[in-house]
Amino acid sequence: MASGSTDKRVIVIGGGLAGLAATVRIAEAGIPVDLFSLVPVKRSHSVCAQGGINACNEVSRQQGYSEYEHFDETIYGGDFLADQHPVLEMANWAPRIIDLLDRMGVPFNRTAEGNRDLRLFGGSLFKRTHFAGATTGQQLIYALDEQVRRYESEGLVRKYEFWEFLWPVLTDGESAKRCAGIVAQDMRTMQIRSFRSDAVIMATGGCGLVFGKSTNSVMCTGAAAARCFKAGVFYGNPEMIQVHPTAIPGADKLRLMSESARGEGGRVWVPAIKNTDGSWGPHPRSGDDPKTIPTSERYYFLEEKYPAYGNIVPRDIATREIFDICVNHGMGVAKGNQVYLDLTHRDPEYLTRKLEGILEIYEKFVGDDPRFTPMRIFPGVHYSMGGLYTVFTKGRYEPANPLAKHKSGSRPPLGSEIGLGMQPGAMNNMMTNIEGIYAFGEVNFAYHGANRLGANALLSCIFDGLFCGVSVTNYIRDGLPGKKPASGLPGSVFDEFVNQEEAKQAKLLSTVKSGASAETNPYAIGKELGDEMTAACTVVREAGRLQQCIANIESLKGRFARLNLSDSAAWTNQSLSYTRAVGDMLSLAEAVAKGSLARRESRGAHYRSDFQQRNDAEFMKTTLTKYDPASNSVSVEFVSIDADLIAPAVRNYGKKDDSSPKAAAKPALSGV
Amino acid sequence: MSTHTPVDPAAIARMANRKTAKAGRTVIFRIKRCDGPGKPSYWQDFKVQVPKNANVISCLQQIALSPVTTGGQPSTPVVWESGCLEEVCGSCTMVINGSVRQSCSCLIDDYAPSEGDTLTLEPMSKFPVVRDLWVDRARLFNNLKRVKAWVPIDGTYASGSGPKESPEDQETRYVLSTCMSCGCCLEACPQFNVEADESKWNTDFIGAHAISQARLFNMHETGKRLAAERLEALSGAGGVSDCGNAQNCVKVCPKRIPLTESIAAMGRAVVFHKVKQFFNR
Ligand SMILES: Cc1cc2nc3c(=O)[nH]c(=O)nc-3n(C[C@H](O)[C@H](O)[C@H](O)COP(=O)(O)OP(=O)(O)OC[C@H]3O[C@@H](n4cnc5c(N)ncnc54)[C@H](O)[C@@H]3O)c2cc1C
Ligand code: SF4
Ligand code: SF4
Ligand code: FES
Repeated sequence: MASGSTDKRVIVIGGGLAGLAATVRIAEAGIPVDLFSLVPVKRSHSVCAQGGINACNEVSRQQGYSEYEHFDETIYGGDFLADQHPVLEMANWAPRIIDLLDRMGVPFNRTAEGNRDLRLFGGSLFKRTHFAGATTGQQLIYALDEQVRRYESEGLVRKYEFWEFLWPVLTDGESAKRCAGIVAQDMRTMQIRSFRSDAVIMATGGCGLVFGKSTNSVMCTGAAAARCFKAGVFYGNPEMIQVHPTAIPGADKLRLMSESARGEGGRVWVPAIKNTDGSWGPHPRSGDDPKTIPTSERYYFLEEKYPAYGNIVPRDIATREIFDICVNHGMGVAKGNQVYLDLTHRDPEYLTRKLEGILEIYEKFVGDDPRFTPMRIFPGVHYSMGGLYTVFTKGRYEPANPLAKHKSGSRPPLGSEIGLGMQPGAMNNMMTNIEGIYAFGEVNFAYHGANRLGANALLSCIFDGLFCGVSVTNYIRDGLPGKKPASGLPGSVFDEFVNQEEAKQAKLLSTVKSGASAETNPYAIGKELGDEMTAACTVVREAGRLQQCIANIESLKGRFARLNLSDSAAWTNQSLSYTRAVGDMLSLAEAVAKGSLARRESRGAHYRSDFQQRNDAEFMKTTLTKYDPASNSVSVEFVSIDADLIAPAVRNYGKKDDSSPKAAAKPALSGV
Repeated sequence: MSTHTPVDPAAIARMANRKTAKAGRTVIFRIKRCDGPGKPSYWQDFKVQVPKNANVISCLQQIALSPVTTGGQPSTPVVWESGCLEEVCGSCTMVINGSVRQSCSCLIDDYAPSEGDTLTLEPMSKFPVVRDLWVDRARLFNNLKRVKAWVPIDGTYASGSGPKESPEDQETRYVLSTCMSCGCCLEACPQFNVEADESKWNTDFIGAHAISQARLFNMHETGKRLAAERLEALSGAGGVSDCGNAQNCVKVCPKRIPLTESIAAMGRAVVFHKVKQFFNR
């Protein structure tokens, strides 16, 4: 059954910051939007962001900062992997975005005089991060949600909440396939149907659940992106996965612990026994109450290995060392993946004053008061720089040669007018290789290269929605000359895809068996995939282990083909939905593992112990992965990037931080 | 810890349980289930071996791995809503041992510290059940439309910054703006009387959360432009005068939003609005 509306509509999948910003922008142009989300949009994962959103501002500008420097920091932070023109446009737009959010009523923190307050964040010497209490993401998404509700009241937006995107409807375009709508399922009634639209915006967020537990919300499976991938959309830089050094391990999720805990004197240690040769070995009582472990049996491994900087080594080093102790040496607390982050030697009142909000989170979810009990922490998968591969039209700025890295305080080579980085309104901005499918927000591979700077994600989400929303509007209005709009296509085009999804579902439902063994239990397969990906594809990667991981994914694929569903309900069957997602996550996992293996260098978040140097000649390129339906497998190639604006430089600010432990002690490190 | 420390004696007692709770003990999850709208409810018990730091969601996940009741009867994974698992999205609200709260931040140690203890999970009672612990909260969101809970900006094209604001006003608005539409305040409110027959439910009352949102937007320089319309919505049937001032809402709000303050403020504003209207006739 296909919807029969005759007008041109846009479908937005995902109601996080990216999807909501796009919806507002497109509805405002008078084009009706159908907005799909697994959850009421207000509950999307974007609510989790705590830290803030970056933009050049009047204060920092008067100190010598500029949009250009924000651009430069982002390229540098991303270790020169991002296409550069889009990043320039984003940085130039940032102040406009903050102004707009301000007009929408976001309660940004204020100075005494009533101006927007700012904080220091990783990757910059200037205060350029705007924030609203400790829940910036929540406040931003609410502001956009409210604007969308306004258009919903006016009838321009139709929300499909608790609807799951299953597959894009593709039809023959002029030369290649183009998108004409989607197939989706009502998660309550389980009805599967198609929806027509000439443009579909994927704004479905990240894929943390591929790694089992992460700092992401439970909806962040990456399945929506994986379905597009399997339908023919290319996926870029899948291996670029950001891991945050200090998360609170939980049975259900990893919750972020701000790095300011280390900045305020937190010491990292594990219980261990010192061997006669001076090396450390596992402790027999490593799971016991930490207060019963004598000082001589505490291994302060960061302090020992990095005497100069101790616990405030840069983020990536801390992450790797903690990982090494637990995974390679089996010396984690209680033999698990956790180490102590200990503040108990500090005055409790001082801690309350300095870190109250942060320590509260720990107490709320763990039940222990960190002022008196050491916290247990472990690095956690946090953000996916990679995503659906998109293109763009360059803007006006074309220097003859790429410039050298910008120096703070020197004159920026250009201003911040609109259209220098990307051509506003160009129909292909952030469109994927399949005409009519766009990717906005975290699911878009653009902007962050090999590593994302704290507080740049919220910016990229809203920028995509607003700036590229206009591109979608133009595509809908003028981009279909000679082509039949989706509303005029025969129903059979859509029925084919509905049938495909119904057949897949029927197949899954036919496997129902209660009490299935772990071998064929979808929840067990999902969990094992997560464990394997975390072990092989996060902090430290190496060829042999990656090959083993790829083989293990193959065997999980085999088990998935034989699985047993545990619920046959024809109403609100969450197991079915989860199981289907696991099947799609397997392909995304394969892309991550194969991308990691093919990129024989270390860059940004991607660290190969067998190739520790960055190799620009071979790998300053986008990892482009493609899915082959015939073999149900993923292939990898490398394609050139747009590096026209800034010449690559060695990324060594880790060193600068190293030489100045004070800088690392500042909350500037608490990037999230 | 200071601001998080509950004042409610029952909550303090629950926190004390953390000290005695032993990891690995068995806890019975008594869950009120329902296969769909119009279907009868039934109870099922599941045994869960509880690790340290377990919360209700991690235990429901454990049950999903192998859903077998205490009587040995194979069952299905329990259906419930969740999202952030950080108590910031509002999804996972349910009734736990008789009181409404988020399940992601509900530590088992607090509620069931001893071997064999029982924890009871029920769906919220003032919203129609979808399945098991998942209820339909559309009404919460619809009531936000009734009070036009948005700032009427001209559009999204650049036209300068928003109004300046004092830090005090920002702090007041920020707290109001952390409402995550979880529904605890409606579940606890005696104005939401429900009967066995769903079709007879009186769902007019707009609810504390929406009254508080009206206050939030009436405080904003630009938001104010719709103040009269919001007060109009709050002055009719189901508006602020329907509130019996039982103050249950403010006690259960997980974001500690000063709901009774908002209700009082909007109550006064509605009276002014009516008086003004009377003289302007
Ligand atoms: C703990 C944490 C803290 C963070 N803090 C910061 C910070 O301080 N600053 C910063 O800049 N960034 C931060 N980030 C990153 C940032 O929050 C995210 O990158 C960003 O919110 C992603 O927004 P989005 O709009 O792309 O997607 P999301 O907000 O993830 O929304 C995805 C949407 O897609 C929908 N969806 C998904 N799949 C389907 C499907 N199959 N069918 C239908 N709908 C679907 C979902 O329902 C949802 O509405 C943080 C991230 C985490 C995890
Ligand atoms: S104060 Fe009003 S809104 Fe709150 S619980 Fe009581 S009757 Fe309900
Ligand atoms: S006011 Fe409080 S209890 Fe009510 S919906 Fe909002 S957050 Fe929940
Ligand atoms: S899952 Fe978001 S509040 Fe519990």
